[in-house]
Amino acid sequence: MSEDEELPDLGGGSTRSSNSTAVSGGGGDHNYVSPSPDQVLENVLENVLCFLTSRRDRNAASLVCKSWYRAEALTRSELFIGNCYSVSPRRVTNRFRLVKAIAIKGKPRFSDFSLLPPDWGAHFGPWLSAMSRSYRALEKLYLKRMSVTDDDLSFAAQSFPILKELVMVCCEGFGTGGLAIVASGCREIRVLELMDSDVGDDEADWISCFPDNVTCLESFVFDCVEAPINFEALERLVARSPSLKKLRLNCYISIGQLYRLMIRAPQLTHLGTGSFSPLEIVAQGEQELNYFSAFAACKSLICLSGFREIIPDYLSAIYPVCGNLTSLNLSYANINAEQLKPVICLCHKLQTFWVLDSVSDEGLQAVSAACKDLRELRVFPVQALEDAEGPVSEVGLLAISEGCRKLQSILYFCQRMTNAAVVAMSKNCLDLVVFRLCIMGRHRPDHITGEPMDEGFGAIVKNCKKLTRLAVSGLLTDRAFSYIGQYGKLLRTLSVAFAGNTDLGLKYLLEGCPKLQKLEIRDSPFGDSALFAGLHHYYNMRFLWMSSCKVTRQGCEEIARQLPGLVVEVITRDREENETSEYVDTLYMYRSLDGPRADAPRLMVRPSLMICGKHCTSTECRFSIARSLDFTLSVWVPCISR
Amino acid sequence: MAHENELNLKATELRLGLPGTDESEDMVSTAKNNKRASPESLEDSGSEANSAAKSGDHETSSASKTQIVGWPPVRSYRKNNLQSKKAESETGMYVKVSMDGAPYLRKVDLKVYNGYPELLVALENMFKLSIGEYSEREGYEGSEYAPAYEDKDGDLMLVGDVPWDMFMSSCKRLRIMRGSEAKGLGCAV
Repeated sequence: MSEDEELPDLGGGSTRSSNSTAVSGGGGDHNYVSPSPDQVLENVLENVLCFLTSRRDRNAASLVCKSWYRAEALTRSELFIGNCYSVSPRRVTNRFRLVKAIAIKGKPRFSDFSLLPPDWGAHFGPWLSAMSRSYRALEKLYLKRMSVTDDDLSFAAQSFPILKELVMVCCEGFGTGGLAIVASGCREIRVLELMDSDVGDDEADWISCFPDNVTCLESFVFDCVEAPINFEALERLVARSPSLKKLRLNCYISIGQLYRLMIRAPQLTHLGTGSFSPLEIVAQGEQELNYFSAFAACKSLICLSGFREIIPDYLSAIYPVCGNLTSLNLSYANINAEQLKPVICLCHKLQTFWVLDSVSDEGLQAVSAACKDLRELRVFPVQALEDAEGPVSEVGLLAISEGCRKLQSILYFCQRMTNAAVVAMSKNCLDLVVFRLCIMGRHRPDHITGEPMDEGFGAIVKNCKKLTRLAVSGLLTDRAFSYIGQYGKLLRTLSVAFAGNTDLGLKYLLEGCPKLQKLEIRDSPFGDSALFAGLHHYYNMRFLWMSSCKVTRQGCEEIARQLPGLVVEVITRDREENETSEYVDTLYMYRSLDGPRADAPRLMVRPSLMICGKHCTSTECRFSIARSLDFTLSVWVPCISR
Repeated sequence: MAHENELNLKATELRLGLPGTDESEDMVSTAKNNKRASPESLEDSGSEANSAAKSGDHETSSASKTQIVGWPPVRSYRKNNLQSKKAESETGMYVKVSMDGAPYLRKVDLKVYNGYPELLVALENMFKLSIGEYSEREGYEGSEYAPAYEDKDGDLMLVGDVPWDMFMSSCKRLRIMRGSEAKGLGCAV
């Protein structure tokens, strides 16, 4: 590539003395022209910058002066785009020329919970177009919450011949047909990971599309692909992939098939076990495969997941590896405390544990007793309902806090909780970085004292000095937010739902938390005046999301007027004739260097509705309104004079 | 509570019923991913937050719970995977859904839905289209698309004609047809 030829040799040049001798006048070449000081600076800089890997360090370096900016731009090889609409693909490819790895995140997190209209955006296509021209040597592609089509995958396979890693998390829009193209087209692929993505079943035999020769596959994760696969082809694939370390199977793989794969790949370190149940019920007395020995042969196994349709009797097969496990994901296994105990008591090295609340408080007590090294715990609900019976409660939380003192990250779904337990955790687990508590009943208070949960969350922000991510729930007054504003100085991500009394709540946050990057709020009584309290800070945030709050259209317009660099997206649901609301349904705003996006949702049209574009008569605002089946999407940005 | 007593009586009752109308006590209605926010949810946010001891009884007194979109915040992928796990021998009721002109099929678990409206909304969202109002006389007259299904006998039927439970037990495959082709499937008397 012609751009690369302009760059000094960074890789092989261990002797940089050639530059320094030139400057000091040494060397015997009479035709030599000594480089200008600027050139020297750039050469030195580029050689130094290659050691800077953290993007925050690089961002800082790029701000020093134009020369540093240029040098940094030419040498950054890993890109992170936290919001795909914050900058246009063109601008990115113009600035950074030598990119080998890119991560792009699209939709806001609340889209996972169906709070965004379908086809809202985050299309990979435009990024792919730009990258296919500029980054042909791309090696790693990471996409999260992006909309990716089969055509995109096909084009990517053609455009990036040396692509080594493709990871898609929470993506949608493609199917097994697209995967088939990736398998056959990306010959150098080492890492292919699909996680929590919605993959369509085109009935394509994509596993057979991998090349016939020995592959360099190191990680192959497809547990979210809800389609049957060609098992014989998979078995052959595993057999000819000697570097394979991570394999996560989908629920169409039976335990018998798992066995066959495991004996071919005893070198695995990470295993997703698929369904973990047999295809047919094994008859009494019939010879069962020795699953225990298959696990025993996998001496390097440190991470287990899967168990999608587990028959609990088979769980004992994993005993041989428990002692080595650092990560265990049982969050699809509906097992009780008695079934968990024999496993968990062996897992003394466990650092990450995901589980269902079916294990109840008693199961969590067993975890607390056995897993002294636990860093991350996630407890998911079997029944994601507001008023179901909750098998876990403050008892489990308290036990964990007492036994797992090194805890750094917790996600805990429950039906009832007390301030006392949360306060205890704040004092016992001082290393907490992530605290996400979801009391599933809305506005539920401390179930013993009847008090709001203010004091509990207050203690967390006060005592856990390393906290950067917080999700609150239960009955919360403005006081809780005053605590967060007062103590949450390192907070970067905050999730609020059904909480607070007045605008003061949001004001406390916006005025008190200087590091806040991602703020997502739903169904809370915060309005325009609270919104205005954050004007000084919105440019520093990745996004603000507010849905079902008390923000008005005028408030949104005013924000857009005052902050020309923000894109303010407003979504209003269609209502019946007599139903009016002064409040917008969803506000999603973020800073963008390139103005509003051109790809607002394709609209679903009913004969009775029209698509209309309108220009505001005001000279300050330009907006377009589009009506659709369910949603009106309006995008505000002030006219940028060109 | 009254609901449970009613079920017990029904268990011992002799009756002739349409196929598929046996109620399962385990049938829990979950916060479905595709449900729209009910009007109540928008008003709820400000009104009662000031009161002290609020013990989650504000909306559960009525038998029909108002489900809030996206709450609790569990990803639909995870919810769907657990919902289809039933202890009994039958697995989740996944049927393929094809749409005329679409390159790939999808799958839906019929058990996740409470009735036709939910199913139709889910299909609308999944394929990004609109299905009109159902009428017994006109079918989905006037809509761009109409949902049809293949039943046990292999016949192509219009979705909505039979009671939901009967539909669930007889539907083998769904097909979203263009409205123009679906004429003639409505039972115009």
